[in-house]
Amino acid sequence: MSAGRYHPGDRVRVREAFPPGHVRTPYFVRGCAGEVQECAGAYPNPEELAYGRDGKPDIPLYRVSFLQSEVWHGYDGPGADTIVIDIYEHWLEPAQ
Amino acid sequence: MTIRRHHDMGGLDAGSVDSSEHDYAMWEKRVDAIVKVLSTPERKLLSTDELRRGIEELGPGVYDELSYYERWISSATNILLEKGTITVDELATKMAEVEARWTKDRESAS
Repeated sequence: MSAGRYHPGDRVRVREAFPPGHVRTPYFVRGCAGEVQECAGAYPNPEELAYGRDGKPDIPLYRVSFLQSEVWHGYDGPGADTIVIDIYEHWLEPAQ
Repeated sequence: MTIRRHHDMGGLDAGSVDSSEHDYAMWEKRVDAIVKVLSTPERKLLSTDELRRGIEELGPGVYDELSYYERWISSATNILLEKGTITVDELATKMAEVEARWTKDRESAS
């Protein structure tokens, strides 16, 4: 399924945003660049559902792969190690 | 401004993880059941997302002091109060009733 603006293989960067409310994008990955693996479908926005609203329109959710060395400063494991994180489309921007 | 919310602690030092198995206490099972019942499609009184938001809003001190299911019931309670599903007075009355019953049961058991 791939109804959103990004497709498998696209390079994306997680927005470097720090809103005060309920968000579903971990702090540690904000600002990091990764690669879209797949779109996991579109769902009501959990950041709206958290406040009792309906979360519409649905937002595409992507599995995005990041190099561990991109996420953690001083990562000393194998260079090809990755971490895959589910991230909603409004948290992503195109990256080179 | 980069603000890391207290619960969003991925990657921070946290010591070792206690992986020992343990049984759930009856009250913990009840909390689980209450949250499930509140969340059914017929009722929709509480969503997982609201529960999570409520846990995050407990604040750093309380968040750390409470156990897993204490966080759940605290969050569920606050959200039901916010929505007007229950009132503070109803809650207080019920809590006193349960406590009185509990005390009586324990006295008669001893």
